[in-house]
Amino acid sequence: MKQLTYVRYEVLRTIRNRRFLIFSLIFPLILFYAIASEHRTAVTDGIPFPLYFMTGMMAFGSMNAVVSSGGRIAAERQVGWTRQMRVTPLRTSTYFFAKVLTGYLMALFSLVVLALAGTTLGVRLDATQWLTMVGLILVGLLPIAAMGIMLGHLVTVDSLGPALGGVTSLLSLLGGAFGPLATAGTLLTIVKLLPSYWIVQAGTTAYGGSEWPAEAWIVIAVWTIVTVRITALAYRRATARV
Amino acid sequence: MTFVSEHAQGIELRGLTKSYGDVPAVRSIDLSIAPGETVALLGPNGAGKSTTIDMMLGLTRPDSGTVSLFGSTPSHAVDAGLVGGMLQTGSLLDYLSVRELVTMVASLYPDPLKVEDVLELTGASDFASRRTTKLSGGQTQRVRVAIALVADPELLVLDEPTAALDVEGRRDFWNSMRAVAARGKTIIFATHYLEEADAFADRIILMARGRIVADGPPTEIKAKVGGRTIRTTLPEVALADLSALPGVATAEQRGDAFTLTCVDSASSDLALRSLLSGFPAARDVEVRGAGLEEAFLNLTGDDPDDFTATSAP
Repeated sequence: MKQLTYVRYEVLRTIRNRRFLIFSLIFPLILFYAIASEHRTAVTDGIPFPLYFMTGMMAFGSMNAVVSSGGRIAAERQVGWTRQMRVTPLRTSTYFFAKVLTGYLMALFSLVVLALAGTTLGVRLDATQWLTMVGLILVGLLPIAAMGIMLGHLVTVDSLGPALGGVTSLLSLLGGAFGPLATAGTLLTIVKLLPSYWIVQAGTTAYGGSEWPAEAWIVIAVWTIVTVRITALAYRRATARV
Repeated sequence: MTFVSEHAQGIELRGLTKSYGDVPAVRSIDLSIAPGETVALLGPNGAGKSTTIDMMLGLTRPDSGTVSLFGSTPSHAVDAGLVGGMLQTGSLLDYLSVRELVTMVASLYPDPLKVEDVLELTGASDFASRRTTKLSGGQTQRVRVAIALVADPELLVLDEPTAALDVEGRRDFWNSMRAVAARGKTIIFATHYLEEADAFADRIILMARGRIVADGPPTEIKAKVGGRTIRTTLPEVALADLSALPGVATAEQRGDAFTLTCVDSASSDLALRSLLSGFPAARDVEVRGAGLEEAFLNLTGDDPDDFTATSAP
C-alpha cells in the first residue's frame, strides 16, 4: 500500500491544474444558471425543469471530468514519463487506479457544486434521493472513464482535446443532457442504449423514488466491459515497442 | 560448491538480438559486466546503444537472447529496486515541486534513499521547492538523475545523459556521477563522445551497427579509434611508395589523390614529415582525426551484413 503516496501526489497534481474546472464545472454551471433560471417552473420529462437540467449539467460536467484523465495519460506518454515509470516498480494497475480516482474526485466536486446551484433555483430532494442520484451517476461514469483512458492510448495529444470534447458533447446531447432528445419512437430506443442517457435519467429516477430499471444496469455493464476490454488492447498495443 | 551471492553475478547479456522490421538494431550481443564497473557504450547514432539499453531495462523485448541483471530478469530487478534508469527522452511530471516529484518516485521503492540525501547528491537541493516546469536544462537533468538514483539501485543505466547539456552542465553532471560511482554502484552509460567515455568510464564497449566491435579499457579503445588520416594530391607517384612511408598504416589512391591512414597522432606526425621531405610535389595536404563513424567503419571491416544494413533506407 506504499504506492498510495503515488496516488496522493497524483490527486495533488490534478487539483493544482485548474484547467479541468472549465469544462467539468464552470461551463456546466454557467449553462445551468443561464437556462434553468428562465424556466424555474417548467416541467420536463415529468419532473421540474431545474432538476432535469441540473442532472443534465451534472452528466455533462462529470463526464468531462472523468475523460480528462485520458488527456493526462496521453500527455505523460508523449513526454516519456510513462516509459520512465516502467523502469520503476509502479504497477500498471496503480497508475490507472490513480488516474480514474482523480477523475472521479473531480466529477464528485462538480456534482456537489451543481447540486448546491440546483438548490438555489428551487431543486428540492431528500437525502435518499440526493444519494441515489449521485450514486447512479457515479456508476454510470464507469464506461466513460474507461473511454477516456482508451482514447488516451489511441489518439495523439494534438487531436485528443477535440476527440474527448467531441465524445462527451455528443454523448451528452444524445443522452438528453441539454434537454430530452426523444421521448418516444425509434430514436428513444436507440438513445436508451447509451450510458449517457441513463446518467441523465438518474435525476428522474431518484425523483420518482426508485432506482434504474434492469435495462439501465445492463447497458452500463455492457458498455463498461466493452470499453475496458478495448482499453486493455489499446494499452498493450501502445506499450509494445515493435 | 562455491557460494556466489546474487549481486556478485552482475550483468549478463547473451545472444541479444533485436530487429525493427527488416532493419537489424542489435545483432547477437554477448556481454558481461561485473558489479562496480563503470562502462561506456560508445557508438555513433544507430549503433544499437539505445535498443540495448531498452532491452537491459525490460522496456523492449529481445527477438532472441537473454538479459540477466544480478541473476534475475530485468522486470524482477526493476521491481526489487536494483535498477535505476535514465532514458534518453523524458520530461518531468508537471504541477509538482522537485522535492514532491522525487518523494513520489521514492514511495514506489522497497528501500529508497532519503529524498533530501538524493537531492544533495545530485545538486538539486537549491531548487527543490521549485516547480518542475520552471527549471533550466541542467537542473532538469539533475532531477532526472535524482529520480533514477532515489531507489538506491545497484545498477544505474543512463542513455546519453549529457545530450541536452552544455559544456559546463556536462562537467557538473559527471562530477556528481563520480560521487555515485564512488559508492560502488555499477554504471552503464551510452554516449557518442569518445572524450566523455574516456574521462569517466573504466571500460569502453564500442558498438557499431548493432554489434560490439571493441571492448576494453579507454586507452586501448582510444588507440583504435583515435587514428588520423592524411590527404594529399600528388601526381605521378606509385601507391606503394606512399604506403611504405613510416607511420602509414594503409594508403588509398583515387587518381592523383591519396589518403593515408595512421593509427595515432605520433605516427601521423612521422608520416607527414617523410611525406613532405620525400615528395616536395605534394600539395593540398590535409591532416585530420578520423571521426568516430569513420573509425567504426574501419573496425567493422568488410562484413557483407554491414553493407546490407547501410543500403537499407
